[in-house]
Amino acid sequence: MLLVEGANGSGKTSLLRILTGLGLADSGEVLWRGETIDRLAGDYFEQVTYVGHHDGIKRELTCLENLRLARAMGIPSALDLDEVLERVKLYSYGDTDVANLSAGQKRRLALARLLATDSTLWILDEPFTSLDKASMALFEDLFTGHLQQQGMIVMTSHHDISMPGQSLLRLRL
Amino acid sequence: MSHRLSLSQAFTFLLRRDLLLAMRNRAEYANPVLFFILVITLFPLALGPVPELLARIAPGIIWVAALLAAMLSLDSIFRSDFDDGSLEQMLLSAHPVAVLVLAKVCAHWMVTGLPLLLVAPLLAGMLGMPAQAQGTLLLTILIGTPVLSFIGSIGVALTVGLPKGGIILSLLVLPLYVPILIFATSAIENAASGFDVSAQIYMLLAILCLAISLTPWATAAALRMSTS
Repeated sequence: MLLVEGANGSGKTSLLRILTGLGLADSGEVLWRGETIDRLAGDYFEQVTYVGHHDGIKRELTCLENLRLARAMGIPSALDLDEVLERVKLYSYGDTDVANLSAGQKRRLALARLLATDSTLWILDEPFTSLDKASMALFEDLFTGHLQQQGMIVMTSHHDISMPGQSLLRLRL
Repeated sequence: MSHRLSLSQAFTFLLRRDLLLAMRNRAEYANPVLFFILVITLFPLALGPVPELLARIAPGIIWVAALLAAMLSLDSIFRSDFDDGSLEQMLLSAHPVAVLVLAKVCAHWMVTGLPLLLVAPLLAGMLGMPAQAQGTLLLTILIGTPVLSFIGSIGVALTVGLPKGGIILSLLVLPLYVPILIFATSAIENAASGFDVSAQIYMLLAILCLAISLTPWATAAALRMSTS
């Protein structure tokens, strides 16, 4: 797990976007297992789940419809979607329009993409924005689980992270 | 581990999602059709009861209205996806972006172009367009409006990141619409005079084929630029 730290405007988001391939680097290239991500394209993207500043969910669709879309765009995980919603404490909201959710619930739904799809690298830009303490703990557990399964996480966060037993690499910009 | 959807499954999935979104935002998508009907019904009121004049300029009126209605609706192809971050997710999808763009543009045409096809015969009849030209009118709308959506999608993709991209979008896209306007109206006029229209129709079909095969790639590249 790589935690990117730095003051506002120091380029954390830009770095993360370059890693996803959304942003363009002024110089240098991003390699994934020895190959540039431009060459890999879809083969790289299917291994990455990115949750950025925007939640990337549609207000007019229900929670389940949003997750189905996320699955259709990547590699679906083995988990049932109801189970995914249960894990992020949104089980009873499956058929609720996202427009009716609170900011924290939307964030949880955005992060639920991590469970709905099967990817190795999670790139998370301030994942804990709008989340309460209980939800933060929930996702810290989720991150720990992902790391234990040989997953990778690159994230920025202004919140203190407590993930005992996990090696945390810090990058200060 | 499960596998990703096949390309055609992903295409239909996104197409259905966009149609569902359009269903839930009916008011927004009814706008272009309403505009199309309103503009055309205003012409007889403004020009007075001169049936010959109306019948003469009917192809032009209908096609200019269709063009403006298409312009009006273009922004909706990518705007909301850009605002809520869905576009980023689409660009990071495991599927080729051009195919997803194709699905989105098809959905956009089904919601904004196809309705024009349904109301056009009524409006053409109202303007007194000769019956033998109406089949050709429908054919030009059927072939021409998807081209408007496809070409427009490049413009929207280029301007979606700009705060006030509306005017630039019109400037970019309108000149590219002119050939469609010329071939379509000339086909209808030929049909009204009883001449052969195959040349114009083939030309429109050729433009449509080019648009379907090339514009999704250009749009995908433009989207990458707009989000970076």
